[in-house]
Amino acid sequence: MGYALNFNLIWRHFDKLWGGLLLSLELAVISIAIGIVIGLVLAVWYVSAGRVVRSIIAAYVEFIRNVPLILLVYLVFYGLPTVVDLAYSAQTSFVATLSLYSGAYLVEVFRSGLEAVPRGQIDAGKAIGLTPWQRLLHVRLPTMLRITLPALSNTFISLFKDTSVASVISVPELTYGAQWINFNTFRIVEVYLVVTAMYLLTGYALLYALRLVERRFRAAH
Amino acid sequence: MSIAPPANPALLDIRDVSKSFGSVEVLRSVSLKVTRGEVVTVIGPSGSGKTTLLRCVNFLESYDSGSIRIDGKEVGFRETGTRQRRSERDLAKMRAETGMVFQSFNLFPHLTAAGNIMLGLRKVRGKSSAEARQIAEHWLGRVGLAHKADSLPAELSGGQQQRVGIARAVAMEPKILLLDEITSALDPELVGEVLEVVRSLAEDGMTMVMVTHEMAFARDASSRIVFMADGGVSAAGPPAEILGADIDNERLRSFLARFRASHF
Repeated sequence: MGYALNFNLIWRHFDKLWGGLLLSLELAVISIAIGIVIGLVLAVWYVSAGRVVRSIIAAYVEFIRNVPLILLVYLVFYGLPTVVDLAYSAQTSFVATLSLYSGAYLVEVFRSGLEAVPRGQIDAGKAIGLTPWQRLLHVRLPTMLRITLPALSNTFISLFKDTSVASVISVPELTYGAQWINFNTFRIVEVYLVVTAMYLLTGYALLYALRLVERRFRAAH
Repeated sequence: MSIAPPANPALLDIRDVSKSFGSVEVLRSVSLKVTRGEVVTVIGPSGSGKTTLLRCVNFLESYDSGSIRIDGKEVGFRETGTRQRRSERDLAKMRAETGMVFQSFNLFPHLTAAGNIMLGLRKVRGKSSAEARQIAEHWLGRVGLAHKADSLPAELSGGQQQRVGIARAVAMEPKILLLDEITSALDPELVGEVLEVVRSLAEDGMTMVMVTHEMAFARDASSRIVFMADGGVSAAGPPAEILGADIDNERLRSFLARFRASHF
């Protein structure tokens, strides 16, 4: 074994990793927030719409789910601006991509959640005279959110890991930070060990926090 | 010359209502009148159309022909003679005039006992939050659950949940209360507390149509019993007559005999 581990250079540039981690979290949070809006709107639309709208929504979902994320990132960042007259930063481009990406998965999550709301609750809402919109807002959505919360946390943790794909268009998130340190110090083993640990710890912390939230909601169910 | 209203107008007027699920005819030309303050119990074997009839009254189910009127107003269809379904907004308004209590309680799981009652008061009746809370507390007191106002449904027993279900329905001050086998999902020892609430509502003059298998309760609390079989009204009359030994209706007799054999 000729390779001696030396973490000193990693610690010297740790600000790159720390800043990258924060940016990764930020990208994931913004993307899931937008994704939730996309998912909710399309899911509600889907369950109440006719065949044409359903097919269009289904096509969007199928497209996103069957194309690798990295390809979508390239398409939006390099492809789209050459076709339409748009200028945006790599970061904006990535958030848009990841939002569309998570939105597609969440449409499915929310749609099945809406369909899982017990008929009896909807009947009870009708019986007291709630309009369809009021039933959606006060009966179906609250129950649906409780049903879908575990899937929602899983999606969020997935998205957090998926932010590493942003490194391919030079968004300075955690994986990009690792690459930068690697190029500049050649401590490839050390830097990727540290970054792996950072992804793992953050992922576990998120999982733990979200499970706590879920348990509180379940108690209220 | 003015036309005098009929002396005893029906609050609920079901006329010749028929309904099929595919090729199965679940209601065959059912007619039933219920006057204000009456408690009508619907009995009959399972599959005889009792629950479907009840669900047609507040248009949770549509029907193929006939008419259902509450206080003279057609419930589910526009009164244009073309049998056009009312808009969802109008349906919601019509449904607010009837209250319904369900076999499986159907409380909103994310809302407290008080919250369940307040939802309709606020969103449908337009009451302020404070006013709705006051009404909710009043009705929770009436059903003996004043101390459970802030409990979630999951924290309540079946009997307590059903009493909240009743409070939720009556707090809206409906013209008529529909009770759909409200004790069927309860453990036997919890049935009494729920029926007690229904009895006190009857004493207050609440108009009720009740589907039940509690024969003793039907006998004591109702002004009329309707026996349904195969989607039609097979017999109707005062409890003493319908549950009496000398009724001249073979189906009713065999239903009651089977019922007694399995319940005693």
